[in-house]
Amino acid sequence: MRLAVADPERCVGCQSCMFACSRRQGEAGLAKTCIGVRSIGGMERGFTVIVCRACDDPPCAKVCPTGALRIRDGGGVHLNTTKCIGCGNCCDACLIGAIFWDDEINKPMICVHCGYCVKFCPHGVLRLEKKEALEYA
Amino acid sequence: MLRDDTLANVLYIDLSKKHFWIEERQDLFEKHLGGAGAAIQLLQEECPEGCDAFGAENPIIFAVGPLTALFPLASKTVAMFKSPHTNNLGESHCGGRNAIAIRMAGYGAIVIKGISDIPLYLAIHGNQVYFRDASSLWGMESSLTVGRIIRENEPGAGLRTIMRIGKAGEKLISYACVITETYRHFGRLGMGAVFGSKKLKAVVISGKRSLPVSDRKQYRKVYDEIYQMAVASPVMKKYHDLGTAENVLPLNELGGLPTRNLKEARFESASEISGETFAEQYLGRRLACSHCPVGCIHIAALREPYVDEAYFYKTSMISYDYEPIYALGSMLGGSDAKGFLKLMDRVEAWGLDVMSTGVILAWATEAQERGLISEKETVGINLSWGDYTTYIDTVRLIIEQPNEFYKALAQGVEYVSSLYGGEDYALAFGGNEMPGYHTGPAAHIGFLIGARHSHLDNAGYSVDQKVLAEGQLSPEELAETLLAEERWRQILSSLVICFFARGIYKPDIASKALHLAGFDLAPEDLNRIGEEIHQGKYRFKTREGFSLDKFRLPKRIFETPSLVSELDERFIRETVEHIKKALFKEGAQNDI
Repeated sequence: MRLAVADPERCVGCQSCMFACSRRQGEAGLAKTCIGVRSIGGMERGFTVIVCRACDDPPCAKVCPTGALRIRDGGGVHLNTTKCIGCGNCCDACLIGAIFWDDEINKPMICVHCGYCVKFCPHGVLRLEKKEALEYA
Repeated sequence: MLRDDTLANVLYIDLSKKHFWIEERQDLFEKHLGGAGAAIQLLQEECPEGCDAFGAENPIIFAVGPLTALFPLASKTVAMFKSPHTNNLGESHCGGRNAIAIRMAGYGAIVIKGISDIPLYLAIHGNQVYFRDASSLWGMESSLTVGRIIRENEPGAGLRTIMRIGKAGEKLISYACVITETYRHFGRLGMGAVFGSKKLKAVVISGKRSLPVSDRKQYRKVYDEIYQMAVASPVMKKYHDLGTAENVLPLNELGGLPTRNLKEARFESASEISGETFAEQYLGRRLACSHCPVGCIHIAALREPYVDEAYFYKTSMISYDYEPIYALGSMLGGSDAKGFLKLMDRVEAWGLDVMSTGVILAWATEAQERGLISEKETVGINLSWGDYTTYIDTVRLIIEQPNEFYKALAQGVEYVSSLYGGEDYALAFGGNEMPGYHTGPAAHIGFLIGARHSHLDNAGYSVDQKVLAEGQLSPEELAETLLAEERWRQILSSLVICFFARGIYKPDIASKALHLAGFDLAPEDLNRIGEEIHQGKYRFKTREGFSLDKFRLPKRIFETPSLVSELDERFIRETVEHIKKALFKEGAQNDI
C-alpha cells in the first residue's frame, strides 16, 4: 500500500497530517514529520502536500552510495540508519522534495506509507491505496 | 511544567540596539500558564506606568501556551501592548500559523522593545534572529505584496508565520492591525500602529522541533479523544460550512444586527450579504489555522473586469467573516456584496481593523447626513449609506489624512466625536468601536466591562440570547454570569485555545491535556488562575486610568430596540455596579 495525495485542492492547510506523522513515531511537535503541507505561493492559491509518492524506480535509492535505501515491498523505500552516512544525495535526487531531514541524527526521514496520517485528514486529501506498477510505454 | 520544554524560553528583542537575548522563565508559565496569563505578567514587568503607546518603552508581547503544537485547536497567539487606540490595555488574538511557528521556533513568548532608526523586519528562525532592512517595503501600497516579498526571501515554507503591517500601521492610525498569513489578524486595539511606531514592518518566525510529553501512550489517547470531538462536533461543522457568516441571517431575524450606525437592528437586505449568499456566489477556498482540523476561514473569489479593455479580468481572493460583514455591510447599509468585498480588499491591503473602520465610517455617514460635518471637512466626499465607491475613497483619505477631520477619523470614533460632536451615536465602549451584536444589555455591558472591550471577552451576546429563551436575569445574576465567563476565558486564552473550541476544552479535558504537558492542575485550580489573570488585567487597566466610575454609554443603544427588548440604562448601571464591587472587592487588586 502507498500513501496517495488524492486531491490537494481539498486541503485547507490544517497540517493535522504533519502532527500525526510525528505522533506515530512517538513524538509531539513537528521535528519528525515525513509529510509537509505548504501554500503554493500564498494561501489564497491553495496548498501542496509533499510526501514520498513511492516511485517505481526511486531515484533516492539509486544515488545512495552505501545501499542504505532499500526498495520497500508495496512501494517506497526503507532506510537502514546503520548504513546511512547522511550524505544527503537522496535529498538532492528527489525532485518533489519528499526526503525530510532529521537534524538530530543528521539522516533522512522518509514516509513509510503506514497511512496513520490518513486518519487525521479531515477533508479527504490523503488516501492509502494499492500501488500499481507504472507502464513505461 | 516539563523541564525540557522550550515553552519556558522568552525571546527579548531590542529594536533600538538591534540586540536579542533569551531568558528561561519557568516561573512565568508555571504560575500563569501562557497566552494571556503570561502576557499580562510580562506587560506588567515591561510596560512602565503611563508610558507613551508610541514610545520605545511600550513592549509588544506575543505568548503561546503549553498545549500549542501538542493538541489541536490550541493555535492562537495572544498579543499584549499598550494600545494607542484606548491608551490602555491592548490585547489581541490571532490564529493562522502564528502560534505554532512561535512554539516550533522554541519560545513560549516574545517581547519586542525599542524603536529602530530605519524600517526593519525581523526574521526569527529558531534561535537565530535577524534584523533585516525593510526600507524597500516601507510605504508599499498593499500588505499582500509585503507578504509575498518576504515569503520569497525567507526560508521555512509551511512552518512560518509572516506578520506585517500596511500603510495604516506606518501612518500610526490608532486602529491599524497586524496581518498574518494574509487572512488572519491581530485586529483590534491598534498593534499595527505600535509596529509602525517602532519602524517594524514585519516579523517572520519559523521553526521545527519535538516537544516533550509526560506519557507518550496517554498523549496519543487524549489527542485522539480531542481530535474526534473536534471533527464530530456540530459546532465545528457550522464553522467549516458557512463560517461565522452563518450568523448574519439569524441575528437579523431576531433583530440584533446593527444596521446604518445602529439606527436599526434589522437590515432589509441581509439576505444579500448573508453567509449563504457569500458561500453560494463567491466562496473560492476555505483555509485552516495550523493544527486545527476545522478550516473556518472563508475566502471569496471576486472576478472584476477592467474597464479599459475587453475580456481583461482580475480575480482577488478576499476573506470574510461575520464581523466584517456587520461592520462594512449592514452597519453601512450596504447590500452590494461585490462592493463590500472591494472595500474589504482595501481595508486588508492598507491594514486597518475592519470593525473599527466600519463603525467610524457609519458615524461619519450619519454625521454628514445630520449636517454635523460638511464637504468642507470631508474634502468633497458625500457619504451615503451603501455607497462603496465613496467608502473606499474615504478610507483612502483616512490613510492619507489631508486635513484635521481625517486626522481625527484616524484616531477612532470616540476621539472624532469628542471634537465634532455626535457622541450619542458614536458607537464605542471603553474607547473601542462596538462589535456586531445589538442583542441586549448583556452584550453592551460585556463590551464595556470586558478587559479588551471585545464581544469575545465574556460573550454577553450569547447571554442575551439565553435570556430571550429562559427569562430575565437580575443585575446581580447578570454581573456574575459575565464575570464567570470572562474568568474562564482567561484560561482558554492562556492555553491559547480557540474560543470556537470552548465546548470541547471543558475544565476536565483542559486539565487532562495539561497533565500531559507536565502541569498538574485540577479544574478548581484553573478557575482560581483564571480569576487571578482577570484581576491582573484589571490591575493594569486601573493603573492606566480605566475606571468603571466614569464611562460613556452611547445614547443610540437605548434608542434602537435590541433583540431582547429596549435597553434600560438603570439596569445596565446597576449591573456595572455589581461588577465593580466584585472586581474591586477588598484586596482583589493587590494580591497578584
